[in-house]
Amino acid sequence: MSNSQSAENGTLDSAIPAGPLPEKWTKFKSKAPLINPANKRKYKVIVVGSGLAGGSAAATLSELGYQVKCFCYQDSPRRAHSIAAQGGINAAKNYQNDGDSVWRLFYDTIKGGDFRSREANVHRLAEVSTNIIDQCVAQGVPFAREYGGLLDNRSFGGAQVSRTFYARGQTGQQLLIGCYQALEKEIAKGGVEMFTRTEMQDVVVVDGHAKGIVVRDLVTGEISSHAADCVILATGGYGNVFFLSTNAMGCNVMAAFQATKRGAYFANPCYTQIHPTCIPVSGDYQSKLTLMSESLRNDGRIWVPKSKEDAAAIREGRKTAADVAEDDRDYYLERKYPSFGNLAPRDIASRSAKEACDDGRGVAKTGLGVFLDFRDAINRLGEDTIRARYGNLFQMYEKITGDDPYSVPMKIYPAVHYTMGGLWVDYNLMSNLKGLHVLGEANFSDHGANRLGASALMQGLADGYFVIPSTLPVYLAKETPGKVTQDSPEFAEAEKAVKDRIDKLMSVKGTKSVDSFHRELGLLVWDKCGMSRTKEGLEEALKRIDEIRKDFWENVRIPGSADGINMELEKAARVADFIDFAEVMCYDALDREESCGGHFREEYQFTEADEEVQSGFTNPGEAKRRDREYCYVAAWENNGPGVAPTLHKEHLEFENVELAVRSYK
Amino acid sequence: MNLTLKVWRQAGPESEGSMQTIEAEGISEDASFLEMLDVVNERIVEEGGDPIHFDHDCREGICGACSLTINGVPHSKQQGITTCQLHMRKFRDGDTIWIEPFRARAFPVMKDLMVDRSSFDRIIAAGGYIDVRTGSAVDANSVPIPKEDADSAFDSAACIGCGACVAACKNASAMLFVGAKASHLNKLPQGQVQKDERVLGMVRQMDAEGFGNCTNQYECEAVCPKEISADVIGKLNRDYVAATVKEAVK
Ligand SMILES: Cc1cc2nc3c(=O)[nH]c(=O)nc-3n(C[C@H](O)[C@H](O)[C@H](O)COP(=O)(O)OP(=O)(O)OC[C@H]3O[C@@H](n4cnc5c(N)ncnc54)[C@H](O)[C@@H]3O)c2cc1C
Ligand code: FES
Repeated sequence: MSNSQSAENGTLDSAIPAGPLPEKWTKFKSKAPLINPANKRKYKVIVVGSGLAGGSAAATLSELGYQVKCFCYQDSPRRAHSIAAQGGINAAKNYQNDGDSVWRLFYDTIKGGDFRSREANVHRLAEVSTNIIDQCVAQGVPFAREYGGLLDNRSFGGAQVSRTFYARGQTGQQLLIGCYQALEKEIAKGGVEMFTRTEMQDVVVVDGHAKGIVVRDLVTGEISSHAADCVILATGGYGNVFFLSTNAMGCNVMAAFQATKRGAYFANPCYTQIHPTCIPVSGDYQSKLTLMSESLRNDGRIWVPKSKEDAAAIREGRKTAADVAEDDRDYYLERKYPSFGNLAPRDIASRSAKEACDDGRGVAKTGLGVFLDFRDAINRLGEDTIRARYGNLFQMYEKITGDDPYSVPMKIYPAVHYTMGGLWVDYNLMSNLKGLHVLGEANFSDHGANRLGASALMQGLADGYFVIPSTLPVYLAKETPGKVTQDSPEFAEAEKAVKDRIDKLMSVKGTKSVDSFHRELGLLVWDKCGMSRTKEGLEEALKRIDEIRKDFWENVRIPGSADGINMELEKAARVADFIDFAEVMCYDALDREESCGGHFREEYQFTEADEEVQSGFTNPGEAKRRDREYCYVAAWENNGPGVAPTLHKEHLEFENVELAVRSYK
Repeated sequence: MNLTLKVWRQAGPESEGSMQTIEAEGISEDASFLEMLDVVNERIVEEGGDPIHFDHDCREGICGACSLTINGVPHSKQQGITTCQLHMRKFRDGDTIWIEPFRARAFPVMKDLMVDRSSFDRIIAAGGYIDVRTGSAVDANSVPIPKEDADSAFDSAACIGCGACVAACKNASAMLFVGAKASHLNKLPQGQVQKDERVLGMVRQMDAEGFGNCTNQYECEAVCPKEISADVIGKLNRDYVAATVKEAVK
């Protein structure tokens, strides 16, 4: 076992402060070590990532006096993927006076995560949520307002209160711009040195501590390293392992995965979120998928034809939706979940769409698509009302598909959207690899097996603005600033390893494009480790991943040279990591012999034989957790490609909430 | 559909560039413009060539990375969209399409269709922010802001920093970009304290970066994917004059 603080019995120390849950964070802050301002200036901090998590951390740490270096692969920090978030950000402000509280936000998040997250972290998240909104408003983020001039809220899935703050359909953009401006301000003041178009390729570990990174300048191709007193990764999620997702094209797992090669553990990689309402795949030229807001399910009705014949006729263009009589339609969510209907939670709505399509009743040309129909809503409320509610979404849909949703139903299908898994961190957001801290979507800590809408933005900003500034000194106060410099031999070694890897990629000189491998891998994991998983499927996936890897390293073609801008090389390095990472993801899904949140193992579902089904509490086919055996965080130690990773468990203690079966009937 | 592409190819910042003719065959009309280029690139790679380089990331019209001049117009002649939101069904089989980078003195070409827009970041760093230390903010509802003002600030804040405004302007002026940022922050009560230094800082940086002057051509407004109104330029001019006067008096 390398560089880890993990105990011999395989459990991990989460460093949760003692005391009652609501007091932990306050107590922590009053006792946490401080670094005096004159000394802060001596510490160097590396922040990889300029999204909500990395950008807010870099700006805030610089304000506090640390010397910060911040890195991103885009041409500007403002383009980080956080920019694409639409819906909103949660906060327990209770401005609506509708009974919200820190406790409720905490509880909703724990329950939404299907009881697979850490109580102490989630409670802290709910506590600082309110400060985030204050901070953002002060920065000039133009949140939606009511006529009286006060902030407006909307409701989101998984909550019975209105606690979501939003800025039209561009909440992520506005939050990120606020954060980016704060970052630019610190850059101008000299507190942050920004490296754009620069990709981190490795972590440098000296005496068991993360003390630097190796980067590739994406413009010149130069490989160099940077030393610091600690390293913060805020590099986002790994949804693009599936090739098609709602993520930006460049989102990748490289930084996090390279860290696992240096000893950091990857937690719960199999927890991925599939969003039910995305525009379906239309052909194999497709490069990404587009999310259609969940809010559409308020008025749209989801259906497929009852008969396979009708569905085939629609696919082949011989019939249209309008030709299918009311009695021949299956509004399957309304049928299966009479009380939640079309507003069933994300995981359930997604799986039901898959079931209908697997049954041969899909309506898109490819067979993978269901109707989201506004006919009844338009008849009931009039086209104007629907236009006022969803006009911009309808327009976006029309731009992409060429279909007019006012006259024909939309077609939707689930798509990969968010990844709950990430590098394992303790309460201080430090990985088991000392000195390495992980924020935002890149860590695993707050969303358990399923994330609620509007909670990722909250977590990214909580981590960066409010948590890491307080927890980083726990580590730094024990470190002499500037102890490690680039002269340590580990830096040259890591640089060489990166160069060797790039040389190896360039020298394959095969015949197949990088994208062809990415697509193949994506289809495989989507099929075997996507919306539903089985032991056989996962075992087969593991075998196929090994074959894809072999094929990749023998046949990938990367044109051009490594000494300048080379987008194929950039993609190739990322895909190489996705291949190895997919393996860990499948091992995790295989290990977790239960169904929870976004992880659905077909072997573990409720059946007619279960009491809960007989009593009418839940439906057959619903996810079945196994709390006694699996109430743990699975943190995986990387043992190299093709070798099974080693499992380390963090047992989850629920002292404040009771574990319950989720029912949506 | 089959298309003929005339694409700007340039190996690096110092190299001479030229238009290259590339045939794009068997393109689906449901594909997006960038997906069409992906298909072309995959073919180029398989045939051993160097793929066409262009910036892109979100492919949803929000990150501002994509930046192609299509048939002479930044983001194409379709209004209110970015390059990545353009779909092939807007073209006809057999069309010839001219694809060039966003050209401007302050946006040097890096490779093919990629340009360096870091000047925009430096303009923001010169004052495009409200200076508020993390943790020092008052309760978010302590200062009500009229909905109208918040909405108007939002309209300007919608800018994605793509630079189409600059590329469309015959003077390569960045006034729409700078005006949008100034209007966003100057409209809000929180933004008042630093209003003057913001405007002076950003405008001076804009000049230092080599952007041209605005001569009221309104090409910027026409190509802006977020349809930001050129009114922000007038406001910026007024705020700038006021700030210089105050500065002179000081
Ligand atoms: C379409 C869409 C809509 C969404 N809507 C919502 C919503 O309404 N509400 C909500 O709460 N959440 C939403 N989410 C989720 C949320 O947007 C993300 O989880 C969150 O923004 C992630 O922030 P982050 O800072 O962790 O990472 P990111 O914003 O992804 O930033 C990652 C950063 O890391 C950098 N980076 C990555 N790898 C490297 C490397 N190797 N070297 C150097 N730099 C690197 C990137 O350049 C970037 O700066 C949505 C997500 C999607 C895809
Ligand atoms: S790729 Fe993001 S706006 Fe076009």
